[in-house]
Amino acid sequence: MENTTKQDSGSILIKGISYVCITVFALICVFPFALMISSSFMNEQEIVREGYKLLPKEFSFKAYEMLLSNSTQLVNAYQVTIFITVIGTVLGLFMMSMAGFVLNRKDFKYRNFFSFLIYFTTLFSGGLIPTYILMVKHLHLKDSLFAMILPAVVGAWSIFLMRNFMKAIPDSLYESATIDGAGDFHIYWRIFVPLAVPSLATIGLFSALGFWNEWYNGMLYMDTPAKYPLQYFLQRMVNQTNLGNLINSGAVINTADLPTQSIKMATAVLATGPIILLYPFVQRYFVTGLTIGAVKG
Amino acid sequence: MGSLTRLKHTGGNIVRELIKNKILFLMLLPVILYFVIFNYAVMPGAYVAFVDYNLNKGIFGSNFIGMKNFEFLIQNGDLWNITKNTLLYNLVFLVLGNVIQIVFAIMLSEISGKWFKKVSQSVILLPNFISMVIVGVFAYNIFNFNSGFINTMFASAGLDRYEFYSDPGIWKYIIVAFKIWAGTGYGMIVYLATITGINHDLYEAAYMDGATTWQRIRYMTLPILKPTFILLLLFGMGGILKGSFDLFYNLIGTNSVLYPQTDIIDTYVFRSLVGQFNFSMGAAVGFYQSLFGLILVLVVNFIVRKVEPDSALF
Repeated sequence: MENTTKQDSGSILIKGISYVCITVFALICVFPFALMISSSFMNEQEIVREGYKLLPKEFSFKAYEMLLSNSTQLVNAYQVTIFITVIGTVLGLFMMSMAGFVLNRKDFKYRNFFSFLIYFTTLFSGGLIPTYILMVKHLHLKDSLFAMILPAVVGAWSIFLMRNFMKAIPDSLYESATIDGAGDFHIYWRIFVPLAVPSLATIGLFSALGFWNEWYNGMLYMDTPAKYPLQYFLQRMVNQTNLGNLINSGAVINTADLPTQSIKMATAVLATGPIILLYPFVQRYFVTGLTIGAVKG
Repeated sequence: MGSLTRLKHTGGNIVRELIKNKILFLMLLPVILYFVIFNYAVMPGAYVAFVDYNLNKGIFGSNFIGMKNFEFLIQNGDLWNITKNTLLYNLVFLVLGNVIQIVFAIMLSEISGKWFKKVSQSVILLPNFISMVIVGVFAYNIFNFNSGFINTMFASAGLDRYEFYSDPGIWKYIIVAFKIWAGTGYGMIVYLATITGINHDLYEAAYMDGATTWQRIRYMTLPILKPTFILLLLFGMGGILKGSFDLFYNLIGTNSVLYPQTDIIDTYVFRSLVGQFNFSMGAAVGFYQSLFGLILVLVVNFIVRKVEPDSALF
């Protein structure tokens, strides 16, 4: 009897601690988001006087109005990001799933050789500077939108994940298709792709997220501001002390009223927005995707 | 003579194989071309580390100077400082990160409230989805001198404002905190998957035998997680010279006051590229990083194969 009561109090204590710790950490996770959102609605004078706050005294939409009335650059950045996300994800999924399909075919003789060729790239790389020289001097990709797509379109690990997933599809399926006279591409397209949808969805989401958050190659290779992706546009704005080139030179603006601080936060909100909105839907796939990945090691 | 016929024979095999499986080869071709161009074609470019790079003459036309770039990097102390920083940061990320992920995975598995579990899991995973640019905005939002949240709190409490962006020492902790903040959700789910995979009957049996929750965690869950932990740690060691450029650049940027404590190999190489201060020197650091990384992976894989042959990468 004494044993059970002791056991209960111990487990209650652990449960209690768990609830408290998880709640605290979860709050720490949302806090910066909350601060960013509330600051974007703050009145500029209040920010200058008192700083960013969770609960502003009054709400102002001025930062958003400013952004939307001078929206050309923001719209450009959105277009660039959407373009690279869609093209990059579709192209990547197509290339990687075909490779995964071929590398899983037991009748394909050189699959181990090609697998190692792909795998070795995760071990050794030429480095940033030779890559930069290749991209700029030899491929002439400076200031081309493809400079943001190509370096990230294919990932070695995603190919292997795809291959492992296709392993689970029974060989007999494609054997019978071959007997029916279907070609290799036909088998891939008609049989494997529909069956591999869960793995395509997971890898596609990872890849799309990567393109959505792209800023690094934009910073390295893009010269024309109209070709900056969303995240790099945001970064430039945050690091800029004056927002002169955002504002139409023709517009008469009292610089004292210019919401420089809140406008940074409003831009950040708009750059994060679609993810926050999609998050509840996307998150479920990620969790299952991650779990599959973890179990498969 | 014998080897020649064998050579001919293999050659014939490849051609026959190519004809037989031409569609399969064609399907694999885009990915292979991709890796050949973006990875293999780049590798000879590492030679730039051994020349005095001249933009007009190109990599292979520039003067060969052997190990001079490396010697200079060692002499001016840069190589030592960035290596030390990269190693220490990654070690802390790896060990502290994994420990916190395990602790949270266990706590989450002990909780019974379904709704609470779901919501907290989603919230903790959220930082994993945003770009490091946004994380940089968060840092600015919290630590900036004039309007940052902390200084706002200090001011309203009657304390002096603190200039975070000119104190290198404090950024060690801020960087680690953000890294852990961003990575806990992902790792937690990986560990949670392992815990959920544990046969439930085992726990039932332990409970019947009178094991307390603490005993169960101590003698069952932790030992089961140990191999995963060690494996992740070992493989993390292989990449220990590769930095989180995203995180460091967006938190520190070009604030050179903070470099002594926050400069890592990747940020150094990057600056040598955009600042053009020394192209070849940056390439030398990059080459050293890649080579060191490769050796580490091979060593780690060797150890893993000795300890747990099933888990070795190759």
